[in-house]
Amino acid sequence: MVSHRAFLGWPVLRQFTGKDLLGRGPAVRSQQTEQLTPRTVEADRVARSVCPYCAVGCGQKVFVKDEKVIQIEGDPDSPISRGRLCPKGSASKNLVTSDLRETKVKYRRPFGTEWEELDLPTAMEMIADRVVKARNDTWQDIDEDGRKVRRTLGIASLGGATLDNEENYLIKKLFTAMGAIQIENQARI
Amino acid sequence: MAEAHPVGFQWVVEAKARGAKIIHVDPRFTRTSALADTFVPLRVGTDIVFLGGIVNYVLENDLCFRDYVVSYTNAAHIVSDQFLDTEDLDGLFSGFDPETRTYDPESWQFATQEQEGDARQDQATQRETASAMQHETHGIQVGANPPRDETLQDPRCVYQILKRHYARYTPEMVAEACGVSKEAFLEVCEAWTTNSGRDRTTALVYSVGWTQHSVGVQYIRTGAILQLLLGNMGRPGGGIMALRGHASIQGSTDIPTLFNILPGYLPMPNADDHQSLDQWIDAVRKPGAKGFWANAGAYGVNLLKAYWGDAATPENDFCFDYLPKITGDHGTYRTVLDMIDGKVKGYFLLGQNPAVGSAHGRAQRLGMANLDWMVVRDLFEIESASFWKSSPEIETGEIVPEECRTEVFLMPAASHVEKSGTFTQTQRLLQWREQALEPVGDCRSELWFFYHLGRMVRERLKDSTDPKDRPVQELAWDYPVHGRYDEPDVEAVLKEINGYEVATGRHLSTFNEMKDDGSTLGGCWIYTGVFADGVNQAARRKPGKDQSWVAPEWGWAWPANRRLLYNRASADPEGRPWSERKAYVWWDEEKGEWTGHDVPDFEKTKPPSYRAEEGAEGVAAIEGIDPFIMQGDGKGALYVPQGLIDGPLPTHYEPVESPFRNPLYAQQGNPTRKQYDREDNRMNPSPPEPHADVFPFVFTTSRLTEHHTAGGMSRYLEHLAELQPEMFVEVSPELATERGLEHGGWCHVVTARSAIEGRVMVTERLTPLAVEGRTVHQVWMPYHWGSGGLVTGDSANDLFGITLDPNVLIQESKVGTCDVQPGRRPTGAALLRLVSDYRERAGIAHDIYGPIVTTGAAAHTDDEGNPTPDPSEADT
Repeated sequence: MVSHRAFLGWPVLRQFTGKDLLGRGPAVRSQQTEQLTPRTVEADRVARSVCPYCAVGCGQKVFVKDEKVIQIEGDPDSPISRGRLCPKGSASKNLVTSDLRETKVKYRRPFGTEWEELDLPTAMEMIADRVVKARNDTWQDIDEDGRKVRRTLGIASLGGATLDNEENYLIKKLFTAMGAIQIENQARI
Repeated sequence: MAEAHPVGFQWVVEAKARGAKIIHVDPRFTRTSALADTFVPLRVGTDIVFLGGIVNYVLENDLCFRDYVVSYTNAAHIVSDQFLDTEDLDGLFSGFDPETRTYDPESWQFATQEQEGDARQDQATQRETASAMQHETHGIQVGANPPRDETLQDPRCVYQILKRHYARYTPEMVAEACGVSKEAFLEVCEAWTTNSGRDRTTALVYSVGWTQHSVGVQYIRTGAILQLLLGNMGRPGGGIMALRGHASIQGSTDIPTLFNILPGYLPMPNADDHQSLDQWIDAVRKPGAKGFWANAGAYGVNLLKAYWGDAATPENDFCFDYLPKITGDHGTYRTVLDMIDGKVKGYFLLGQNPAVGSAHGRAQRLGMANLDWMVVRDLFEIESASFWKSSPEIETGEIVPEECRTEVFLMPAASHVEKSGTFTQTQRLLQWREQALEPVGDCRSELWFFYHLGRMVRERLKDSTDPKDRPVQELAWDYPVHGRYDEPDVEAVLKEINGYEVATGRHLSTFNEMKDDGSTLGGCWIYTGVFADGVNQAARRKPGKDQSWVAPEWGWAWPANRRLLYNRASADPEGRPWSERKAYVWWDEEKGEWTGHDVPDFEKTKPPSYRAEEGAEGVAAIEGIDPFIMQGDGKGALYVPQGLIDGPLPTHYEPVESPFRNPLYAQQGNPTRKQYDREDNRMNPSPPEPHADVFPFVFTTSRLTEHHTAGGMSRYLEHLAELQPEMFVEVSPELATERGLEHGGWCHVVTARSAIEGRVMVTERLTPLAVEGRTVHQVWMPYHWGSGGLVTGDSANDLFGITLDPNVLIQESKVGTCDVQPGRRPTGAALLRLVSDYRERAGIAHDIYGPIVTTGAAAHTDDEGNPTPDPSEADT
């Protein structure tokens, strides 16, 4: 049986008896609604960020609690996006928190049929060895036409359009110093 | 735009609400079309006919913004009497050499102007090195004062040449070539021209699919001609906006990870032309030209000083010799073919997935399978990391894991919230991201990876006495590190990019402070000012609602925080706004300076009345009425005498794969395009070659809102995968009937490279077009899928071959021809047989390549100069 109290709490009754005639305000808010808080309120901190997908550059606010991203929202302060995000930008919490993300180095040896584990410092040493060797093995002081070139055509790289300016700067600087010139990114594609 | 840049599209919707008319021109009806006032479908690959038609409409009806055109463009310049147009030579310009398929641009120059600047370098070299990309900022290096006829009547002035060049681009021609009705075309012409002038401006917005054509640069050039003629450049609400597709693809062009340029669009030195610092600098700073490139010496020296620090001195030319030299095409496609040919040992992939995202996926994967080692840095196990076990070539037996020697390191990357740094968005705006938290496990930033890789390589080479190791040993690589992972200090890197005084460490505020004596250093001159006063200007976050509509205090835009380039053109020659409604930057006579809503793109105190003295050069030669301050003559270029490989004026060429003969000229395709004729890179035949009917349909690809390029950042996400779960092939009801395709059923699409399958999507968003008297069907596909992620499917990019725009070496991957058949594609060896059968039927199975030059005496020889069969005699 419906109690008297519950009956009086019926939203439509509150709507017609109270000031919220259109039923778009307090008349339709339940006690449970009143007690809800957005998870962003509980965040330990908020980082001002930028969406990592297309080049519009929408502002993002990244909410962190207990060293985990708990929410990513559009930044209303941004004069570019005014708080909005598209389906991809809205899904970017999923991008950074996905269980499918790789967190350990994976190694496939020559002629291997499965991935193997490799610790990060070992992988870095192996990569450094291979870079030095490939550079040595393919070094050209002069090319086949006798022109001074001081370079290697044995090491190539592709990528950069999803990276930071500071990262691209170091990538180009290091490869150029090593004489590697086939350094490319999505801007060519 | 609504599909691929939805949040940017809010401004278009808002403009519409305020009365703007929105026109959408696209092969397919999209979410953009749904919100536009007018949707105009056209045949893919005919944009120059369409835009050239509007140019013709403007010139024939005398609708250009005359005051703007005369003062601010090169319309009045007189061109050499040696110049012959494509109208004279049936699709070629004067100076064509059929053997190299390049031009000698001498006859394209302005009258009485000696051959200068880039014209000194032969065009075959320029094509190989994508030299046009350097012009992104450095402009054409013409002399400061070519002869002019400001009445625009001289038959050799640019205006008249332009008029003749586009005279045949009539509404009827647009209808015939583009499949656009005369009425729809004229509606666009009228809307564009009536909405341009003193009081109104029109914006041209394109997405970078425009660049993915064998004539991509000239598409954009046609837009530039139109916008200059109508006075829409350098003015609010006008301009040409490239909507780029990656968070920092603009940044990775400015601070390039590209083979042919160095930071700030300085050219990578070329072994033929740049063997000394002076040669390299002079190649950029053309003595005698106007503009800010005259200071290139300082920009170049500051970069070298940033690279090699104390070791870079005036005595050793600031280590210029340490820069490796390029000798031709070292672009990503050439490199992939070199991988197949066994010339490349190691390959780094940094947040990029070419197995799905680059044209000719099979070539990409076969290249990867023929390396010594590969390092993949990504968030997920993308297809390019697992090519050795999950490629389509495993199924066909072309890659066998037990026989594939490539060693693969998949290195987990830090995400955008796990590191600080700047992205440069599509309007040159740098925005700093705060780090939200530390990456987990082995995830690291690229900054960490490359800093430590460099440190370890330097450690290995530190005792070497080999001269080749000195550039590595002497590299300035001492960045402070912090935190538990020894992460390099990213602000220290940004400071180096910005530039500082070597002795004091004081941050430079503008690139005008850069010295060419080694007393300052700076890694990217156009970014100088991002750290002005020691403050990270890219981190500024003053809310948009608390500042002017230009929002100059949000982030920082290069150069010098200017939000609108060449904005001097927003004022008339006397420095007054063209109209109150369109006031943006103007001359304040009382204060004696330029002022306005934005940072003026002009010397602050140079009055509109300033005229250069005879013989002035560089910045001093820029007159008060020269808004285009990076161009050698200070004018907007309707006509481009230098720097473009395929001609001074955009000309319609058919896509490399087309079912149609060029309706305008005997020259079928872009005669100067970069083509790799190899067995593993067959192109479908196009007229005048026979058998084009084997691949009767035109196809194109683009993005869905819910996915991102090759899917590496979207197919692995639950929500996005659920929103767009499956590869599909969109066709019109008419094509579905013709080929027996059932909505929701399977079909497969075939080209000379591969066959892929997808679900059939029958919709009226695609419509057959009447072109050259017959019906052409267009097929549309998204290109997001591969074998990895939560939702899998075939990759549309497997269908494309590799043919490149000659100016920038970008591939034609927005148009091709194909066949579509009902049902799934065959698998394994049967798939290879299917494709091979199609090649046989198309006459491209053997070592014969169709002619590229299809007009004049060279029409009947192939690229090697060997005779090819006369197409009129061939059976069809």
